[in-house]
Amino acid sequence: MSEHIISLQGVTKEFDTKGGKVVALKDINLDIDEGDSYGIIGLSGAGKSTLVRTINLLEQPTEGKVLFDGENLTGLRSKDLNLKRRKISMIFQQFNLLMQRDAIGNICFPLELAGVPRADAEKKALELLKVVDLEDRAHSYPSQLSGGQKQRVAIARALASDPEVILCDEATSALDPKTTRAILALLKKINEERGITLVVITHEMDVIKQLCKKVAVIEGGEIVESGKVTDIFAQPKTQAARRLFFPDEQKMELENRGKTSTKNRLRIVYDGRSAYDPTIANMIMELRAPVNILYANMDVVGDEQKGQMVICLADDEKIADKQKKYLKEHGVNFTEIKEEEE
Amino acid sequence: MDAATLTGLLWEGLLQTLYMTIIATLVAYIIGLPIGVSLIVTSPNGIKPIGWYNKVMGFIVNVIRSVPFLILMIALMPYIRKLIGTGIGTSATTAALIVAAAPFVARMVEQSLLEVDPGVVEAAQSMGASNMQIIRKVMLLEARPSLLNGAAVATITILGYSAMAGSIGGGGLGDIAIRYGLHRFQPAIMWITVIVLVILVQIMQEIGIKVAAKLDNRIN
Repeated sequence: MSEHIISLQGVTKEFDTKGGKVVALKDINLDIDEGDSYGIIGLSGAGKSTLVRTINLLEQPTEGKVLFDGENLTGLRSKDLNLKRRKISMIFQQFNLLMQRDAIGNICFPLELAGVPRADAEKKALELLKVVDLEDRAHSYPSQLSGGQKQRVAIARALASDPEVILCDEATSALDPKTTRAILALLKKINEERGITLVVITHEMDVIKQLCKKVAVIEGGEIVESGKVTDIFAQPKTQAARRLFFPDEQKMELENRGKTSTKNRLRIVYDGRSAYDPTIANMIMELRAPVNILYANMDVVGDEQKGQMVICLADDEKIADKQKKYLKEHGVNFTEIKEEEE
Repeated sequence: MDAATLTGLLWEGLLQTLYMTIIATLVAYIIGLPIGVSLIVTSPNGIKPIGWYNKVMGFIVNVIRSVPFLILMIALMPYIRKLIGTGIGTSATTAALIVAAAPFVARMVEQSLLEVDPGVVEAAQSMGASNMQIIRKVMLLEARPSLLNGAAVATITILGYSAMAGSIGGGGLGDIAIRYGLHRFQPAIMWITVIVLVILVQIMQEIGIKVAAKLDNRIN
C-alpha cells in the first residue's frame, strides 16, 4: 500500500487562554507510512504532545486535516471516530492504568468497550501478557507493579484491540535507564514482528536512536526538519536538530567559548566501517598541518554504529581549504559549524 | 416512666430515624449522583463541556445548600403537605431531607469524581470509549472508594438533619430528645437519645471506612 497510514495536512492548533490566543501547532504537514517507527522529538513546550493528540483527535485541530488510512478523521461523528480510535492505540508517560482493575482487567478493558465477550477477552489478555513477559502478574493491581511492569501492562492493553498504530507519548520518560531500554526493545519487537506503526513522542534523543527509523524535529509548534534518523544524524540542517542530536556539542561550546578558535570547525560523522581508518591522522601527517580535536563520540543509531567528531582545522584559510579537500577526497562526510548567532 | 416504656419509645424512635435516614439517603443518591456526575462531565475540563448547564445546575445546587435545613423544611412544609397529605412526621421529614440532601450528595459525588486521574479518562477516550462508558466504567469505578467514604459522610449528615427535624415534630430520636429533654425537663432521656445517636454515627462511619477500604484495589 503506497498510501500513508497517517497524514497530517496543514494542521494548526490554537488554544484560547486568558492571555489571548496561543498557537500550539503551526501548519504541520507530516506523513507516516505503514510499519514506520516515526519519532517526533522536541523540547518541552515544543508542541509534541499536542501533535500526537491530534492524530487520534484527543485534540481537535483548529485547522487542517488528519487522515488515517486515507480517511479524514476530523469530519467524523463521535461514534465513527470511536471506532477508528480502536485502530490507534496509545501509551502514556504515566501509564494511565485503571487503578481499580488488575492487569488482566486493564488489558480486557478496550475489548470490553468493543463488546468482546468476557471469556474471549480474558483469553486474549493472557496471551498478550505473555507477549509483554508478565504472565505471572495477571492478577496484580497497578499499585503492586513497578513502573516498567505498569508500562508493559499498558503496552499489552494497547495491543488488545489489534491496532494498526501505537502512539507513544513519552512512554519511557518516567522510567529508569535500564527499564527504558527494555521497554524500547519491546516496542521495537512489536514494530518489527507485528508490523504495527509506531509514533514516538520524546524529548530524549536516545529513544529516537534506539527505536526510530524516521524522525521529525519540532520546535515552537513547527516541524523544522524531518527525514531518516541516520540522515539527520549525519547532516542536521537546522540549529534545533543539532541541539537535540548533539547536546554535548552545546555544552562543549559553552565550556570552550573563547578558548579555542571558532574558525574552520567541522563536524565529521562516520559509520562503523570507516571508524577504524585513521584518515585524520593521515591527513595531519600528509599536510603537515595541525588539527585540533574538540570532541569525539561513538553512538548507536538504529542498528548502525555512528561516530561523530568535532575538529578545528588550521587557522590559515589556505591550509584549511587543503584539509577540507583532503577529507572530501577520502570520502569523509563533514559539515561546517558556523558560529551560533545569539 | 418505666424501663420497658422507655425502651419501647427509644426503639420506635430509632426505627423512625433509621427509616428516614436510609430512605432519604437512597433517594438523595438517586437524584444527587447523576447531578454530581453531570457537573463533572459538563465542566470546562470535562468530557462534554456544556457551559450554561454547568453554571445553572451549579447555581441551583448552591442555593439549596445555602438554606439552613430547618428553614428549608419549614419553607417546604406547605408543598409537602399538598404532596403527601401531612407536613409533619417521618414521611414529611423524609421528603424534606431528600430535597436538602440531594444537592449535598451532588457536591460530594463531584468531589469524589474530581479525584479521578484525568490521564485515565484520556486513555479511555483514546481507546474509543463513549462518554457513557467513561462515566460508568472509568469514573464511577475509579472513584469507588472515595464515593463510598462520601456516602458514609452523607448518611451521617442526613442522620443529623433528621434529628434536627425533631424540633418541628419530625419524628425519630431527635423528636424524642426535644420532647422529653426540652419540653418535659427530662434531660436523662435526652442524653440517652444523644448516646444512641453517637453510637449510630460511629457504626455508620466504621462501615463506610471498612467497605471503602475493602473495595479499594490501590492498597492491598
